[in-house]
Amino acid sequence: MSSTYARSLPADRVRRSAQVISLLGPATVAVGVAWAIVQPYRLTLLHPLRQGFWWLLIEPPLLVMVAGAFFALVVARPLLVDLAERES
Amino acid sequence: MEPPAEMIHWLFATGLLMLALCLLSEAVVGREVWQSRPWRKYLWPGLAFGMGVFMWPVMAFFTNSAIHMYAHGSWAEVLMLAGGAELGLVHGRLKSKWWRLTMPLAFVVTGTAFIVHEQNAWYFARSAFLHHLLGWTFLVAAVIPLGMTFRPKSMALQSAFALTFVVLAAMLFCDRDLAPVFGHLSPLAGVPHR
Repeated sequence: MSSTYARSLPADRVRRSAQVISLLGPATVAVGVAWAIVQPYRLTLLHPLRQGFWWLLIEPPLLVMVAGAFFALVVARPLLVDLAERES
Repeated sequence: MEPPAEMIHWLFATGLLMLALCLLSEAVVGREVWQSRPWRKYLWPGLAFGMGVFMWPVMAFFTNSAIHMYAHGSWAEVLMLAGGAELGLVHGRLKSKWWRLTMPLAFVVTGTAFIVHEQNAWYFARSAFLHHLLGWTFLVAAVIPLGMTFRPKSMALQSAFALTFVVLAAMLFCDRDLAPVFGHLSPLAGVPHR
């Protein structure tokens, strides 16, 4: 695909892409939150007494939330700016 | 001092999840838009390469048999090879499309290593079940990156590739050192701790 073609992507396709990209991060965070609600015992922060360092640091639902938030802030946000530039 | 092995699985699951999100985004917006910022085109190949680098300490510190050492060592090598080849391709240093064959190679080696280094049967414990399942998933899914070698712009293949990593991440997040699977837990496995 040439850059000329990329700039002339149909506006509705660019809009749909932007919607999907903007949803990916929050959807991932939501999955992490849902997991924490379904299996609260996987979150050692909720019962931190007598837990070791690693059990307090590495908690799977939190890892999913962090990955989603990191993606939304660091990857998706500048990608949405680039898509908006293509649309305009 | 060392974290339990299951935590290493969860950390690599997080890496695979990030990889999946980046690949899915690239599939949705197209390669041209994705690569419009220089740092972004190195993002997922760099992540794959980095995961290969981090596999070496896993090999060194979490090896309880020779077969584990070979498995983790071969993962480290093929992950670095596939990530490095993709870095070379996006940078333009590598030109031949055949370098993309390093990714299906990585899938096949990873799948084989998963199956070979799991010594227990499927229903021995959850970790055994997931190791078998991960191995076969990698082996079957190797056709996707193989197809991408010949049709790199196919959105269907790119999306399938990204979703494969979502599935693999979910499997790794489910992994526990000692837990039942579908109600099965061998008495030889020990007592679940939590």
